[in-house]
Amino acid sequence: MVTTSTQQLRKPLGLNGEMFRRALFDSFVKLNPWSMARNPVMFVVEVGSVLTLALWIQALLGSGEAPAWYIGFVSLWLWFTVLFANFSEALAEGRGKAQAEALRRSRRDTTAKRLHSPKRSSTFDVVASPQLQKGDAFLVEPGDIISADGEVIEGIASVDESAITGESAPVIRESGGDRSAVTGGTRVLSDWLIIRVTAEPGGGFLDRMIHLIEGAKRQKTPNEIALNILLAAFTIIFLIVCMTLLPFSLFSVEVAGHGAPVTVTVLVALLVCLIPTTIGGLLSAIGIAGMDRMIRHNVIATSGRAIEAAGDVDVLLLDKTGTITLGNRMATEFTPAPGISKERLADAAQLASLADETPEGRSIVILAKEKYGLRGREIHEIAAHFVPFSAQTRMSGADIQPEGKNGKRIIRKGASDAMKAYIEQQGGVFPAAVQQAVQEISRVGATPLVVAENKEVLGVIHLKDIVKGGIKERFAHLRKMGIKTVMITGDNPLTATAIAAEAGVDDFLAEAKPEDKLKLIRDYQKGGRLVAMTGDGTNDAPALAQADVAVAMNTGTQSAREAANMIDLDSNPTKLMEIVEIGKQLLMTRGTLTTFSIANDVAKYFAIIPAAFATTYPVLNMLNIMKLATPESAILSAVIFNALIIVALIPLALKGVKYRPVSAVQLLRRHLLIYGVGGVIAPFIGIKLIDMLMVAMKLI
Amino acid sequence: MTLNGILQIAFYLAALTLLAKPLGAFMARVYQREKTFLDPVLGPLERLIYRLTKISPDEEMDWKANAVALLIFNFVGLIVVYLIQRVQQFLPLNPQGMAAVTPDSSFNTAVSFATNTNWQGYGGETTMSYLTQMLALTVQNFVSAASGMAVLALFIRGIARHSAKTLGNFWVDMTRSTLYILLPLAIVLSLVLVSQGVIQNNSAYVSVPFLQSTTDTAGVKVTDQVLAMGPAASQIAIKQLGTNGGGFFNVNSAHPYENPTPLADFLEMLAILLIPAALCYTFGKMVKDTRQGWAIFAAMMLILVTAVFWMYSVEGSGNPKLTALGVDQQSTSINPGGNMEGKEVRFGIPNSAVWATVTTAASNGSVNSMHDSYTPLGGLITLIMLHLGEVVFGGVGSGLYGMLIFVVVAVFVAGLLVGRTPEYLGHKIEAYEMKMASLLILIMPITVLVLTALSVVTAAGKAGIMNPGPHGFSEILYVFTSQANNNGSAFAGASVNTPFYNFTGGLAMLIGRYWLAVPTLALAGSLVKKKLVPVSEGTLPTHTPLFIFWLIAVVLIVGALNFLPALALGPIVEHFMMMQ
Repeated sequence: MVTTSTQQLRKPLGLNGEMFRRALFDSFVKLNPWSMARNPVMFVVEVGSVLTLALWIQALLGSGEAPAWYIGFVSLWLWFTVLFANFSEALAEGRGKAQAEALRRSRRDTTAKRLHSPKRSSTFDVVASPQLQKGDAFLVEPGDIISADGEVIEGIASVDESAITGESAPVIRESGGDRSAVTGGTRVLSDWLIIRVTAEPGGGFLDRMIHLIEGAKRQKTPNEIALNILLAAFTIIFLIVCMTLLPFSLFSVEVAGHGAPVTVTVLVALLVCLIPTTIGGLLSAIGIAGMDRMIRHNVIATSGRAIEAAGDVDVLLLDKTGTITLGNRMATEFTPAPGISKERLADAAQLASLADETPEGRSIVILAKEKYGLRGREIHEIAAHFVPFSAQTRMSGADIQPEGKNGKRIIRKGASDAMKAYIEQQGGVFPAAVQQAVQEISRVGATPLVVAENKEVLGVIHLKDIVKGGIKERFAHLRKMGIKTVMITGDNPLTATAIAAEAGVDDFLAEAKPEDKLKLIRDYQKGGRLVAMTGDGTNDAPALAQADVAVAMNTGTQSAREAANMIDLDSNPTKLMEIVEIGKQLLMTRGTLTTFSIANDVAKYFAIIPAAFATTYPVLNMLNIMKLATPESAILSAVIFNALIIVALIPLALKGVKYRPVSAVQLLRRHLLIYGVGGVIAPFIGIKLIDMLMVAMKLI
Repeated sequence: MTLNGILQIAFYLAALTLLAKPLGAFMARVYQREKTFLDPVLGPLERLIYRLTKISPDEEMDWKANAVALLIFNFVGLIVVYLIQRVQQFLPLNPQGMAAVTPDSSFNTAVSFATNTNWQGYGGETTMSYLTQMLALTVQNFVSAASGMAVLALFIRGIARHSAKTLGNFWVDMTRSTLYILLPLAIVLSLVLVSQGVIQNNSAYVSVPFLQSTTDTAGVKVTDQVLAMGPAASQIAIKQLGTNGGGFFNVNSAHPYENPTPLADFLEMLAILLIPAALCYTFGKMVKDTRQGWAIFAAMMLILVTAVFWMYSVEGSGNPKLTALGVDQQSTSINPGGNMEGKEVRFGIPNSAVWATVTTAASNGSVNSMHDSYTPLGGLITLIMLHLGEVVFGGVGSGLYGMLIFVVVAVFVAGLLVGRTPEYLGHKIEAYEMKMASLLILIMPITVLVLTALSVVTAAGKAGIMNPGPHGFSEILYVFTSQANNNGSAFAGASVNTPFYNFTGGLAMLIGRYWLAVPTLALAGSLVKKKLVPVSEGTLPTHTPLFIFWLIAVVLIVGALNFLPALALGPIVEHFMMMQ
């Protein structure tokens, strides 16, 4: 039994020897000119490599334009340039492939107990999971992996869905109702289930994930297309620059009266050095790696386009509950009615909440204990009858028979309007001061709970939404990045205002209905903004479909997951912020490497131009500011540097440029300094070092 | 360099900067069809023109209709200029009895003036009748400049508007550019130039006896000199203002009848950059953010100032080979010093250096000294200014829209660097914009390099080269650089009034003008449709010093990188040879 499934996603596969070997092999497979033609820059390099190879053979046969060893050496490094670029792409693809492979293996290796009829007593065959057809029924028992997506038709069991959701607590799955859907790849911990297969073979959730990991990488994103156009333009210009250099050189030899025209080998070398091979070679790896980073954050994007759009998002719609606030309200204060002591109120509130297992209830017990030293009494210590919350009464509480005393204590707590009706019905009075306190608490965005004993109102419990720690700082970061945060809540505007102010969001939508959400997204989009949101319910689906970046929680309904363009396996609503960062990283990595690549050209000119015309105009050696040893060593150093820099930058391409939450101007300054100015300087040093090394090794 | 020279240059640059705002604001009013102080006089005239030509001034057009209008208008202009030259012998105002211009030269000149290049393969006073100069050439000086300004106005509207379809009306922008901007400025400048001694007449050439007779190369005694006459002032004002540059006389503004005094020289130099500089402010006004205009102005000005002072320094230091021969090239109060070959003594080094830099920075092309005689580095600077694509102020209209293309490229890369889909003034820069921008930066270098390569390997091309060594190469490179950039200045020294050069040059000018103008309009047509992306903290501001420097870097890298190998075989190697 293979226990692995999507767990593979959770622990990123490190680069291992196997992946390197496979990438090496793929680098050669990718030399196929048909696939190379997708990348104009590297295609030109491959053509140049073939051309110099032919020139080398010609030289070997004795009629070369330059010594055979020299042409051969140049050709070899041009081939390396192509292979290095292919290698980076293959390596980036390798991770995704390995992940998909692991997932697929888990599908292949599991077996299913296919029932002859959908009854527990029926006999079954053991078949391989992929053989299950839609409509088949199968049995799962403790320890079994559920083989396919399906619906529980009989039984109740606890299921470990951590492979898909990341949530380690087991969930209950049972026939009928909301909890009847099971996902292939999850594991039954106790009891048994009979499941009817609802997905066609290969159409299950896991299959779609495999497909996404493998398939989405080959589509070019809009920004990548635009960049490719620019790179193609540079390539064409430099192609013309190098091609026209031959007639220029012929003419120069003619007027100078001595020297030899520039060789085709040198022209090809110059061309390859000038065209943006660094970015051209790594472009595809950057895109694939971006996808991969999403996967490692447990987010599956349906397309690279969605990741790119994430970097551009200017509005984040965030659900209040679970994203901005902790899911539960907590009691923070007791406000007694006139003439009632705080202790009495706290005591009654605690008693009323002892049996209340909701987080709100527990927080009341804890508050009473912490603030007024009331120990948490165990339920059995007191003779009490607990009244649970019901939708009819909208109250909960306890009826207590105190020892040695007559008369019951009937304690109730509930929403103020329900309590008011309850008190007045008994002939009691709902004090104005309490009414005022209720309003006061509502106004600051909290929830009031009124506590009463018999027909006497004791006071109000202050239940507060707790804003998550550190969230305000994150919103401030987002604001600095130019991203506006909008809180979506079902609360009334009063409550919403208070929480919005506390959390530091830019705006909020109160009393939000699903159609309000959709309208809000449309309005923002009409204003030219890109909107991101998370959602999980079926009623979120229209808004998810409308949003530019829509992240569905993996725990969400099927329709939500289909409407979204990303699925968060962790079902963590704050993940949206990381998604934005990954999107930005992707664009930044492309931008920095493009700048670096073009900036490199300056030094390469200084290496190659004096060398190319050394025989015609020896005086041009004054441009040889790097003092490279010979014309041959100069050209070789430039070509070798050009090839090696691709390898050197593979880690950056795969990891991405580090994201920093600073303003656009600061980011531009930083990146221009490192990759622009650095890109001008680095090759001067690199080329000189390679030249010195070649001289030291007596290669030249 | 002398303090006096530096002060003169500083005064020039200061005057230019001070005039940019008032003129720019006025031009913005013209293009936004707002009231101006000239309306009482020119309004009726404008309406009359629309009535006669059946133009409905309120009807706006999309980019395609505007591009068609531009092409039709310029094509008709080209045909008219060609025909007038071919039949000038039958037409009036031809006191010297000039014969019909040859077909290839007529073609080249017609293209040259319609494209705002004003490359002159001919010599004015020996080729053209007064009627040809006035009706064909001067008219094109106005309308070719106005065409460029109209394209710019359309382009700016593409940036200023959002979620729209139309860019404006080419005919209206062209008419208003001519009537409200070019005509008034040209009239004022002509009159001032006449006051300085620039001639304006229709007389026959005047023969004047030499004070001391001489002999020509054939040994024949020469006692008289012939002074060319003509309606020069009216053409010179507009050739400077409209960045046309085509001289009335062959030696252009080095001729005393075109440019007699230092004041005339100053005003003519000022006129070269006046409108292109002011258009930056117009741009800022029209996009409702003058900082954007000033940012572009600053980028252009920084490149220009660097080039001007570099030029002044290299020309001022003279030729080391001459120093070795004991020639005094030191600047003193009685000696201009430096490299005075090909320069007028009445202008000296600073004013020649400024003019040469400014005329190649703008696509003007008029000269007051001969670029061929500059030091190799001086020649290199003129070539670099041209190779940058005429975006350092550049031609009227065309310079700014050229620069805005570089802005698009700069914004694109900068946007990637900060991790956001690039946007400029609220327009997202996407694949289509990059396609057009790439096309625009591709065309010029390809045209120049391919035609230069063709010329240096064909017999017809090599026949025109008169100087040996790398200098001959520089001359040919300059010929096509100048024409493909619609500059029109000549390095001189190459003999290019031949069918080969007239045809290839004509081709270069046509490509340089329309292959750029049409994609520019297409780009505007795409920008105008885009939804406004509101500014946020994440938006990269395009008016900061950082962006200005980045823009300069993009202009230099895209310009310099393409031509460095060619320049190495021309002026750079020539410089090293001179230093040896």
